[in-house]
Amino acid sequence: MRLLWITLVAGAVGTAHAQPSILGGTREDFRRYCSGCHGNAGDAQGENADYVDPKPRDFTLATFKCRSTPSGTLPTDDDLYRTIKRGIVNSNMPSWKPLPDETVMALVQYIKTFSPRWKTEKAGAPISIPAEPAVTTDDILAGRALFQKMECWKCHGPEGRGNGPSASTLTDSKDQPIKPFNFAASSRFKCGSTNEDLYKIFMTGLDGTPMPSFADNFKGDDAWHLVHFLRTLQQEERPEKVVWQQWLATHPGQLKPIGPDGSGQ
Amino acid sequence: MLLTTGILGAILTANVALGNAATGNAAFRAYAASLNAASAHKNKTIPAFARKYGLRCSACHTAWPELNAFGQAFRDNGYQLGNERDSPIFQNPSYWPATVRITPQVHEESTTNQVVDATPGDSSIKVERRLTTHGADLSGMDFWTAGTLYKNISFVVLFSSDNLASFHFEAAWLRFDNLANSPWLNVKVGKFELDNLISEKRFLFLSNNGGLYQSYHFAPLGDNNGFGIGDNQLGVELAGHNVGSYTRYSASILSSSDGNPGLVTGNSYDGYFTFSQAFQVPSLGVQRIGAYYYLGQMPTVYRTSGGAPIAGSGVDNKSFYRVGLAGDLFAGPIEVMPFYMHGRDDPYLGTSTPGNQVLPTGARGPQWNAEFVETHEYLNSRFVLTQRAEFVRMALQAIPGTPTNVGDIDAYSLGGRWMPFMFSRAGLALHAEYSLVRTVGNVPLSGDGVGLPPLTPTTNVWSSSLLFAFDFAF
Repeated sequence: MRLLWITLVAGAVGTAHAQPSILGGTREDFRRYCSGCHGNAGDAQGENADYVDPKPRDFTLATFKCRSTPSGTLPTDDDLYRTIKRGIVNSNMPSWKPLPDETVMALVQYIKTFSPRWKTEKAGAPISIPAEPAVTTDDILAGRALFQKMECWKCHGPEGRGNGPSASTLTDSKDQPIKPFNFAASSRFKCGSTNEDLYKIFMTGLDGTPMPSFADNFKGDDAWHLVHFLRTLQQEERPEKVVWQQWLATHPGQLKPIGPDGSGQ
Repeated sequence: MLLTTGILGAILTANVALGNAATGNAAFRAYAASLNAASAHKNKTIPAFARKYGLRCSACHTAWPELNAFGQAFRDNGYQLGNERDSPIFQNPSYWPATVRITPQVHEESTTNQVVDATPGDSSIKVERRLTTHGADLSGMDFWTAGTLYKNISFVVLFSSDNLASFHFEAAWLRFDNLANSPWLNVKVGKFELDNLISEKRFLFLSNNGGLYQSYHFAPLGDNNGFGIGDNQLGVELAGHNVGSYTRYSASILSSSDGNPGLVTGNSYDGYFTFSQAFQVPSLGVQRIGAYYYLGQMPTVYRTSGGAPIAGSGVDNKSFYRVGLAGDLFAGPIEVMPFYMHGRDDPYLGTSTPGNQVLPTGARGPQWNAEFVETHEYLNSRFVLTQRAEFVRMALQAIPGTPTNVGDIDAYSLGGRWMPFMFSRAGLALHAEYSLVRTVGNVPLSGDGVGLPPLTPTTNVWSSSLLFAFDFAF
């Protein structure tokens, strides 16, 4: 143990001027973790940007997909924090969960320096999310009808496979091609993995993409209905899927197809 | 380092020569050690991953090749980001997961008390002299292929050469990741690095003296156990971690061959168990502490043919263990890594005595303690200063009456590493390092391969390395 103390003291000599700061500072952290895609100036012009699909966020526009705030508004710090910690599935944005919380919080603040919007606007108020209703057949059928009525199938395809007739024409706000989400291929969504996360996507939209907000269109539990229906399109075994498959087994041939000639019921 | 395992092989051979009853077993141990004598870098970094995922080296490395918390999680997850794009089917078909690393350098090695002929060409009179060599040189080379075969099936094949391009498999394994959709169940099969909390494969030292942890390869004087906890081993590893890899464990069953392929020892197996826990400390960063335990055995007798040991015929296994604690602690831009190990070898190993012969009178299992503290200061994401102070102390000599300090080691290293650019295609580091090692009565566990034991067992041997290198990987 005596030797260990000696070596600890030797090590401490080097730490004498240690300061409680992030490894190398926030700017260094941004360059360390983020700049490769997002660019040193946050303008999505990192050296990897040309090879990344979908393209990285352009922080100078301050347009963010994953928000708890209404479409067109700035996200909260917590929204940005969660996005960094969670990552974005089906993209090159990994989960940075292992990073210290302080580092991520500092990166959130640093990201906000790239656009003047953050100086003139405040983050939007998070939407309120009503309690999730119980999963029922009627609930799922209502969601299916909304999927038809709101023409979700045009992009996401009748079976939610991301292969609707408009899928190949979609572009984001920077005119880059963008693919609609394939519900059958992933258990997670762009902005989370829970039903609540999916609810938020409907009600806030994914700004910068063709995915709009349905906040003005949905009433009552409409968004929850759609959430429950979309869950039935996924591969994994979920409560919604169990309910739905039981109903399908006892009501063969009763559904009209989803699509241009379908009614969704 | 650059041939450090080769040097270890030489050390082992020398140890065997010094030991008592050096028989066929000793010769075999030397042979086995020689199989390990073609290492290139110990350090590992894989720009192929940066290219695959479009991440800069610095995303995974504090300073390449050392992993940061994110890099550790990436590695634990089978070199996958978990963004549903990990399978190679999502890569451009022209992408080939390959990386090459080599280090042109200028270095000087100087070792005291080297036994030489008093008159060159006349071996009748031996004297001790300082030997100094210097000049331009080349490291060995690593050629990596690594990545995923499919989602949740990862692999590594690492061809390593010495600086004469003699290749061997430094690592070659297949890993089944996230079994039962759980990060707690991952199974790796093949030759791989042990799950050491402080990796010797991804550290920031390159010189002959400093480019290895003395603690990871130490063997007492006269001991013929060639095992090193820093050596890649052959076997099966079950490992797991939570999301984010703050909690980690591993349990391995390994062939008792110190990683040498060909079933060279026979029918014995070792076990290695590790656990570590990381946690965040406000204003300081992610701290990790862990413990490890290695229980091994080595055959001491081999059947012979014409007097030469037959590989794989080892019997009379004798045990040894290594146990200890390690940490990886941050105070902002300062990283401190403390390490402690207690080691013990069976008396037969400690005295190089075949198991079918009688031990020297009073022989005991040698025991020792090893400790180091390594410190890094990250001035920015491209410049790091390093230091290490390391001590190995014998606690119990195998042969009673042996001076207690014989075999002790003090080792010090100072260095700096500057990465002039940082992006996701390749890495270049300008590396400067000075290391100094004192060994008592033994061959320096370091040096340039010419280390020899002094004439008397209590003599201090000092060995220094000075290195300037261009370390690059693509």
